[in-house]
Amino acid sequence: MQDVLARIDANPKFHEFCSRRSRYSIIMTIISAAAYYGFILLVAFQGPWLGTKLGAGMTTSIGVPLGVGVIVFTIILTWIYVRRANSEFDETNAALIEEAQK
Amino acid sequence: MKMKHTLAALAALAVAGGALAAGADLGQAQKQATNWTAIVMFGIFVFATLWITKWAASKTKTAADFYTAGGGITGFQNGLAIAGDYMSAASFLGISGLVFANGFDGLIFSIGWLVGWPVITFLMAERLRNLGKFTFADVASYRFAQTPVRTFAAISTLVVVAFYMIAQMVGAGQLIKILFGMDYLYAEILVGTIMMMYVLFGGMTATTWVQIIKACMLLGGATFMAVAVLLQFGFSPEALFTKAVEVHSKKDAIMAPGALIKDPVSAISVGMALMFGTAGLPHILMRFFTVPNAKEARKSVAWATTWIGYFYILTFIIGFGAIVNLIADPAAFFVPKMVDGVQAIGADGKPVWDGLKGGGNMAAVHLSKAVGGDLFLGFISAVAFATILAVVAGLTLSGASAVSHDLYASVWRHGNVDSATELRVSKITTVGLGILAVVLGIAFEKENVAYMVMLAFVIACSGNFPVLFMSVLWKNCTTRGVVVGGTVGLILAVVLTIGSASVWEAVLKNPKGSAWFPYNSAAIFSMSAAFFTIWLVSILDNSAQAQKERALFPAQKLRSETGLGAAGASGH
Repeated sequence: MQDVLARIDANPKFHEFCSRRSRYSIIMTIISAAAYYGFILLVAFQGPWLGTKLGAGMTTSIGVPLGVGVIVFTIILTWIYVRRANSEFDETNAALIEEAQK
Repeated sequence: MKMKHTLAALAALAVAGGALAAGADLGQAQKQATNWTAIVMFGIFVFATLWITKWAASKTKTAADFYTAGGGITGFQNGLAIAGDYMSAASFLGISGLVFANGFDGLIFSIGWLVGWPVITFLMAERLRNLGKFTFADVASYRFAQTPVRTFAAISTLVVVAFYMIAQMVGAGQLIKILFGMDYLYAEILVGTIMMMYVLFGGMTATTWVQIIKACMLLGGATFMAVAVLLQFGFSPEALFTKAVEVHSKKDAIMAPGALIKDPVSAISVGMALMFGTAGLPHILMRFFTVPNAKEARKSVAWATTWIGYFYILTFIIGFGAIVNLIADPAAFFVPKMVDGVQAIGADGKPVWDGLKGGGNMAAVHLSKAVGGDLFLGFISAVAFATILAVVAGLTLSGASAVSHDLYASVWRHGNVDSATELRVSKITTVGLGILAVVLGIAFEKENVAYMVMLAFVIACSGNFPVLFMSVLWKNCTTRGVVVGGTVGLILAVVLTIGSASVWEAVLKNPKGSAWFPYNSAAIFSMSAAFFTIWLVSILDNSAQAQKERALFPAQKLRSETGLGAAGASGH
């Protein structure tokens, strides 16, 4: 076991893989935070704009699809990450472990 | 028309204060007539869940079974259970009440409660699962001195659990008066006893299944209500909004942001508390150890995010449905405004109505009667109460684990303890916490607890989250850094919250305007201070212990990234 860990640690592909995956996690975190804080800042500074009607004679304001959009976007973003992590990343990870066990 | 204005405005006033501060306060409630349908339905829920507990008890033999259901829960099941933990009665009743009173503002609020989940998914889920075994302290103390880090983590866990629990117990007491027409005291004893039975006999297996059942009932009930509302308007949200704007006292203002955001600093601070506090709640973090591996851990957060997001969209529709349905029939849902013993008559010659019966948070409950009659009202009432019961069970389990696994087994006995003894200590702690919950619930009956859930989030994001984040991801982090930094975050979170208007003025009864902390939430300051202190103390720490801890980082990284050596399922 110690051997396997040492060999993985010595493999430059492992460290390259870790930073690739971390970078992806951080980018996704920034995107989701940007969506949320973008929305909050719109509320704080552009409140009346969010109340603008979607079309002439309509009651629904821009804020409603935008707010619901942030919720849906958050869910979709989460699934995009999980899909990639559970397939591509896990496969690379498993391959690296297998390589070290040889 | 005027009458409708008056009553909706008053309902708005009634709900705004508490719900804005925490989304959690159910306020002081008047006891209503006994609702037998609700009591019978709740009885069926209790009977079914205790039957499951009996089955779970046969599977709960070791400490691992008790804390994590032996790691045998699937990602989908765990996702529902996490959603169950998170969709409290306060978020269901509080947010739909907020939408009923202010419209769009309720949506802003619910988005805040959702955005913590991607952070957990992207940064924490996998590493938590790979490094931890039973509690988040396992992860935070992985390469550090066990005693100080686990002591800090356990204290922080218990503080978060205590505040969260008091809010739930007081909420249960207020709800039982309105929903079941029973006394406050019954709620405390009922919740305390049943919750203790779940945790004591069924451990994590029973707690998880109680959460799953409750989550399904809540999602099912809320879906039914939202569909019933949309059906009235031919599934056109536009038609629903148009009608709501027509009858609501605030008219078109309910379609735009209102008074929820006072200033940008508060807005961002509250956002930070919700976003990162979620990633520091001990009863949520504990759920990551109930699944067999990192893959399932990721799946569980993705499902949890899906259900919680869907639920918040439903509460928005439910709030608007309540505006349209309840204002149409004020005699059924509103309290008459009495002047000298008779109902006041407005300038337009129509009777004047006060706030909603049972308070502003009852919008969803009243709507259930309007769209589904007494039977459905009974169902929703039972679900609302069951929700509190399940959340309290989860909190108790995480508090008990902090005491038995972190304080007793690791700090006190230095890990030299067999599973049976550890299990016995957890069970004794569970009983102790159960009694404590009842006592606190009774002690705080007349107190204003609106700020408590928010405080729990601020502590979680200022104490637990920075400690976890830095210990897992920053190589130069040391024991001294996390303990000092985490403690600074925790203390600052509590002190600044005491100085804010929601405690200084609303609870401590100081004069209006005397609060010395001007923002709604301490998070932006307390969380930043925690991160800064962890960084500063760690880089200044050149002790032999610190060198050793830095040298252990590569091994920790290997395990957290590859999952090699991670605690697996215990084979159920």
